[in-house]
Amino acid sequence: MAIDSAAPRYSAVAAGAALELRGVTRLFGALAALTDITITVRPGERRAVLGSNGAGKTTLFNCVTGDFPPSSGTIRFFGEDITHFPPYERIRRGLRRTYQISALFPSLTVRDNVYLACRGVSRGRFSLLRPGTNDALMHATEQLIQAVHLTPVREQLVAELAHGQQRQLEIALALAGAPRFILFDEPAAGLSPTERRELVEILTSLPAHIGYIIIEHDMDVALRVVESVTMMHNGRIFKEGLPHEIEADPEVQELYLGAGHG
Amino acid sequence: MSLVQGTHQETGRPAAARTSWLAWPEFNQPAVWLVALILLIMPAIASNFFLIEIFATTLILGTIALSLMFLAGYGGMVSLMQLTIAGFAAYMVAVFGLSANANISLGWPWWLATPVALVLATIFGTLGGTLAVRTEGIYTIMITLAIGAAFYYFTNQNWAIFGGHTGINTIATPKFWGVDWRSDVPYYYVTLGVAAFCYFAVQYVSRAPFGLALQGVRDNPRRMAALGFNVNAHRVAAYAFASFIAALGGVLQVWNYRQISPGSVSVGACIDILIIAVVGGITRPVGPYIGAFIFVILRTFALDLLVKFGLDGNRFRLLIGLGFLAIVFWSSDGVIGLWERWRRKAAMKGGGHGHR
Ligand SMILES: Nc1ncnc2c1ncn2[C@@H]1O[C@H](COP(=O)(O)OP(=O)(O)O)[C@@H](O)[C@H]1O
Ligand SMILES: [Mg+2]
Repeated sequence: MAIDSAAPRYSAVAAGAALELRGVTRLFGALAALTDITITVRPGERRAVLGSNGAGKTTLFNCVTGDFPPSSGTIRFFGEDITHFPPYERIRRGLRRTYQISALFPSLTVRDNVYLACRGVSRGRFSLLRPGTNDALMHATEQLIQAVHLTPVREQLVAELAHGQQRQLEIALALAGAPRFILFDEPAAGLSPTERRELVEILTSLPAHIGYIIIEHDMDVALRVVESVTMMHNGRIFKEGLPHEIEADPEVQELYLGAGHG
Repeated sequence: MSLVQGTHQETGRPAAARTSWLAWPEFNQPAVWLVALILLIMPAIASNFFLIEIFATTLILGTIALSLMFLAGYGGMVSLMQLTIAGFAAYMVAVFGLSANANISLGWPWWLATPVALVLATIFGTLGGTLAVRTEGIYTIMITLAIGAAFYYFTNQNWAIFGGHTGINTIATPKFWGVDWRSDVPYYYVTLGVAAFCYFAVQYVSRAPFGLALQGVRDNPRRMAALGFNVNAHRVAAYAFASFIAALGGVLQVWNYRQISPGSVSVGACIDILIIAVVGGITRPVGPYIGAFIFVILRTFALDLLVKFGLDGNRFRLLIGLGFLAIVFWSSDGVIGLWERWRRKAAMKGGGHGHR
């Protein structure tokens, strides 16, 4: 119930861009990990961010979620200026993310992990009462676990899971509640070809109103699940376009694709 | 191990999975009932000396250490000020209640003085927690220790409220329904009731959203924020919860000794609570009570034992220290850890014969 009630609260504002970055710069000491990034993403749009290691892709995500706030520039989420919001306020507004290196709760079970994700974006975060068997969030939890095919291991501690399963759980945590926009940071890293196919299936079967940005090195995965591509290089946006344009672009090939395959 | 292995068809939720989320799965364990029974009939078994000096004292120290277990085990926050919070509650009972220090004590009845003391001590601990959550790891230990030390020196020097280094004496204890609740057997049941309440409260909350989220904060605070949790607010709330438990322990303690002085809130006493929690084990609420029992037994009998061997009886701390070292050396999770390791081994041996 708590999940459903979240949806209408958002939809009234859903005009214009889902995510809008204006002149976002992030410094780490003297190093500019991001320089003057300006991006607009429509609601429901699905975009890939490409770029070699150290290009600033993860830092871009960190700025949007507030893990590391930007040094300058503004970030709007569905029209609202969230530049100075703490991460949890951004998440409660429907933003979600996954981490490049799985950031899970290793000493809790799969179910507890997913339950926390569901609870984090609903009321009762401080509740002292154990959830009953008819708890709405428990149902949501079981459904999410099933959606990422972790039902057989839901009682296991996360520390005992295989890598692929941890990556699946990482995605489940980002799907909890009523996400409006999701940032996937290299979700396919370390997955087998079969697991990659499963991932593509999950991404393509997301409801159409949920937009996302995916950082992905594997072109087979990335270009199949997005409608637009942003290339980054040295903390700047290098090129934006449609997937086939980017793939065919000689500069891009030289900089990234060529290097990646060679 | 591949993702496809997860069966899409599996929709049913087996009964076993459900029961683990029922309100009180703990009551399914016969050991819990056995221990409860023994504790309940203890006054018929044990002498009054054992009842108060060993068992009631264990339950009090265990409850104060339980508040540390809650913070450290579930929240990853090692607070050395839990005894200070208990001591604060004890002082407040003396200040608002009735004592021989008529110039200090306000003389309120116990049923008014006690809740006021609990509330004030909880506020005190929560404020301390608000400072402590700004830090991590060793700095949390330092700041809570500093609060404990500051309180100790303050009570020593403040005569108007805390009665200086002599403290406050002959504090009145509850008497109602024709029972003197400080006489040995009623008092034992009071401590047992409070300790049981705290134990089950912690056990229960550990599986409630608040407690689960606290464990999430311990495992990965950054991810908790990225799931919508206000991590610092959660930590402060954990301090409030733990402070209330510590305060309950402090009230029991002041009723036990009927006096409170700076010696009861010394830095050494703060560290005793840490030792009790670590020796018992901080992964489960029963740990602090096991640790407290070992501590009290050693403190009570090591003296005689040492004297028998011609050593200074006051060296009992040496024994406790050695025990502390041994346990930390053998098991990172105290006596509980040793016990669980032994049980796993036993289960593995037994596994060859029968199956369950
Ligand atoms: N927390 C941090 N502290 C210091 N430097 C960082 C931090 N995070 C990222 N960087 C630096 O910022 C640059 C961009 O990193 P990142 O965003 O992780 O790149 P990508 O995800 O594209 O591989 C790199 O040079 C990296 O070393
Ligand atoms: Mg990265």
